[in-house]
Amino acid sequence: MSILTLFIIIPVLTVVGILASKSHMQVKWVSVVGMGLQLLSAVVLILLYLAERRAGNMAEVLFVQDNLWYDTLNIHFFIGADGVSVAMIGLTALVVFAGIFASWDITDLPREFFTSLILLATGVFGFFISLDLFTMFLFYELAVIPMYLLIGIWGSGPRHYSAMKLTLMLMGGSAFILLGILGLYFYSAPDGGPLTFDLIKISKVTIPADIQLFLFPFLFVGFGVLGALFPFHTWSPDGHASAPTAVSMLHAGVLMKLGGYGCYRVAVFLLPQAAHELGWIFIILATIGVIYGALGAIWQKDLKYINAYSSVSHCALVLFAILMYNQTAINGAIMQMISHGIMTALFFALIGMIYGRTHTRYINEMGGLMKVMPFLAVAYVIGGLASLGLPGFSGFVAEMTIFVGAFQNAGTFHRVATIIAASSIVVTAVYILRVIGILLLGKIRNEEYETITDAKWYDRISVIALIAGITIIGMAPLWLSDMINSGLGPIMQKLLAVTP
Amino acid sequence: MLIMRHELLLIVITVILLIAEIFLPVNSKRKIILPAILLMAAVTVAGFLPGTPGVLFGGMYQNTYLTTLLKNILNIGALIVFIQSADWLKQEQNRERISEFFLLILSTLIGMNYMISAGDFLMFYIGLELATIPIAALAAYERMKEKSAEAGVKLIFSSALSSGILLYGLSMIYGTTGTMYFTDVAPLITGAPLQVLAFIFFFAGMAFKISLVPFHLWTADVYEGAPVNVTSYLSVISKGAAVFIFTIILYTVFHKIAVLWSDVLYGIIILTITVGNLFAIRQQNLKRFLAFSSIAQAGFILLGIIGQSQLGMTTVVYFVLVYIFSNLGAFGVVGIISNRTGKENINDYDGLYRTNPNLSLVMMLALFSLAGIPPLAGFFGKFFLFTAAAKQGYYWLVMIALINTIISLYYYLLVIKAMLLNSSDRPIERIQSDPYTRIGLLICVAGMVIIGFTSPVYEMIFNLSFGLY
Repeated sequence: MSILTLFIIIPVLTVVGILASKSHMQVKWVSVVGMGLQLLSAVVLILLYLAERRAGNMAEVLFVQDNLWYDTLNIHFFIGADGVSVAMIGLTALVVFAGIFASWDITDLPREFFTSLILLATGVFGFFISLDLFTMFLFYELAVIPMYLLIGIWGSGPRHYSAMKLTLMLMGGSAFILLGILGLYFYSAPDGGPLTFDLIKISKVTIPADIQLFLFPFLFVGFGVLGALFPFHTWSPDGHASAPTAVSMLHAGVLMKLGGYGCYRVAVFLLPQAAHELGWIFIILATIGVIYGALGAIWQKDLKYINAYSSVSHCALVLFAILMYNQTAINGAIMQMISHGIMTALFFALIGMIYGRTHTRYINEMGGLMKVMPFLAVAYVIGGLASLGLPGFSGFVAEMTIFVGAFQNAGTFHRVATIIAASSIVVTAVYILRVIGILLLGKIRNEEYETITDAKWYDRISVIALIAGITIIGMAPLWLSDMINSGLGPIMQKLLAVTP
Repeated sequence: MLIMRHELLLIVITVILLIAEIFLPVNSKRKIILPAILLMAAVTVAGFLPGTPGVLFGGMYQNTYLTTLLKNILNIGALIVFIQSADWLKQEQNRERISEFFLLILSTLIGMNYMISAGDFLMFYIGLELATIPIAALAAYERMKEKSAEAGVKLIFSSALSSGILLYGLSMIYGTTGTMYFTDVAPLITGAPLQVLAFIFFFAGMAFKISLVPFHLWTADVYEGAPVNVTSYLSVISKGAAVFIFTIILYTVFHKIAVLWSDVLYGIIILTITVGNLFAIRQQNLKRFLAFSSIAQAGFILLGIIGQSQLGMTTVVYFVLVYIFSNLGAFGVVGIISNRTGKENINDYDGLYRTNPNLSLVMMLALFSLAGIPPLAGFFGKFFLFTAAAKQGYYWLVMIALINTIISLYYYLLVIKAMLLNSSDRPIERIQSDPYTRIGLLICVAGMVIIGFTSPVYEMIFNLSFGLY
């Protein structure tokens, strides 16, 4: 049995444990133990992976397990991981672990809340380890559906509307993906032989160019909806703003990465020629998304909306980098997913904690919070600095890699797009510093805030875990970038074959 | 004897119940419920014993491994309906008429079995009528209710009309080929104009039974008026049986004009799914809601038929099986709530989760399965349907169907929203369900969860569907 199956088994057992537990406290502790084990196995997985690579194992994917599921259609339960998926698993485990602590205050239906949250995590883990398109799609939908309940029941503001909008838009995306997957399936064996959903096998065959051109938009847009591709991002600000803290964290931190990862692993990897020919359309859209998200964040007054728009900007940068056809840029894209995932989870966790104390999310109504909640304020500043790309934090490493890689592209179009996208860094600095200035520094505007307390122990665990992630990657990025690079070989081979 | 095992067993228990009915005093008719369910369970189990394929009456009746399986599926469905009906039948107003319910359902089931096993259009027609007319009586079961009586009359009129159209088509087939046997008719179908007309009449007649748009107009009224348990039988078992024989006849008799009927199906699928879905959004009454949802589901089933392959046939059967568990799960919950409180509107379900968590969970799972959400069986069923259609290159059709699954997800979520998200001042009070209902719902949930996760069921259907297309 592969170690990867643990990432399905542990959450399922945790859910069983939650359903069997009797009190609220027990529910929380079962979740903590389960997700703690998950984080532990993620760390073990990373170490094992690095050890395997160091030992000279050059297989395309490691920890493979292949079980036949539906014989007739040749559907397998086929799991395995390369550097990219291992990195994403690590991210997910960290964010989920922090998310459990961030939702310690849930009192309404806690059993149902943690069950849904962990089901969502199961879907995400399953998605990252799947190498069979069918299983991948199954886990994708499994990850989306609990969102409806999580936002609808425990959310705030116009939660019913946001939950419905988010679910329908994401499922709309999944409809596109399904069509693309079916197309891939029926062209997976051009020379006869059994059709397959096996991602690795499909990557070895050459799909005819016209079919690629037909399927690519479906797959890229389908995953792009979740990855906040420009005109399809509108679910994201509403959804994030209405969601409870842990759900925003998981959603912006991990679930949106499913979109980027899907675009990378399915759309671009399996249809390289179409990606090359149609890439310009999506580069334009992604560039618009980067700038639009950043400018949108400037105008917002609600902390969650600010962060949601900033997520749109950062996630669009991921899609931008994937389409750049350059190993450095793609490496940067994966780094950006990890870095943004941790960072945005940190932000949402902090926003949730601040809201829990001040009962408002409008920045104009707050001020001087540094004096009453120094721990949370400092954490917010660290998150902010990481977000605007200060060296020493993960954001810098990721964005630097992306822009260096993208600019290596010889074409004028790509270079201009890179310059435009890079200008978003300035805009990011504007809205981050503005929030820090108004929110944390200055005088305390509301007398009621004089008495509020700083972070509780469970808040601290959540925040420290995430900050540790940001700084470790920021200070020592090389192991991560090597790990990601070790997984980029196959896709680069395919991309270089189609670029003249 | 073994060849006609299913039908004979059903006839035997029908007779037993009939005799028991005569000797039971009026006040203790309730005692018949448990034996009826047990007998039905015994028949269902017996159906799974290895059977003998063969032909009887000179080819009018044929039994294959596939038809055996289809009959078993219908038996399972009918058994669940029996179990779920117990709570309703025990009510005071049904005191005198309990055994009628079982007898009428059993006779329709016998009709369906003959219909599926038909090797000849006459046998098919007799089976079809036997399967339809008792249901009209069932729809009017609560005869003191105006709506129930109306449902009965509507059903009998519309099915009489559709049978007439169907018969007209069959007579043309006889006129052009000179025979009624499937095997003899098939090679003589050449696509001559009269045969095309015959096919269209046949198609229209069947479309009434499966309630495809634009032949669906009777559905919502009948579903709303009839008692919930009858509606669930009508929408699941009755429809399933009609779909089975429809597929078999299209594949075996009309396969030479497949080009023609796949074009017709193409249009009908788009109409059925879209109209069914759009009307479902507007419904407040849950029975009407499920009626339109079942129209849309029928459209999805056709996606498998248009697949025109072994894969297509397998998927149709598999999806009907999944649909039986999912829809009966939903109807089971609607049924118990309607019987205990008389509430049938979506608004009444506000805050149901807080008072009746288990019922809400079953309802949620059933609706998710109908919407095709993993890891429930509905997801697998829908995925395979789309695969079957895409295999024939109908990508745009699949796309339209996929967009429709999003629409359907919207209205299924509306019910889930009412149960879980909304709160209410006057929620439905806590319902103490009886063991029958619990067992019935438990079977449905088990079916929804297990059939998808485990592939053997699908593989078995696939192996049995061999050689049909």
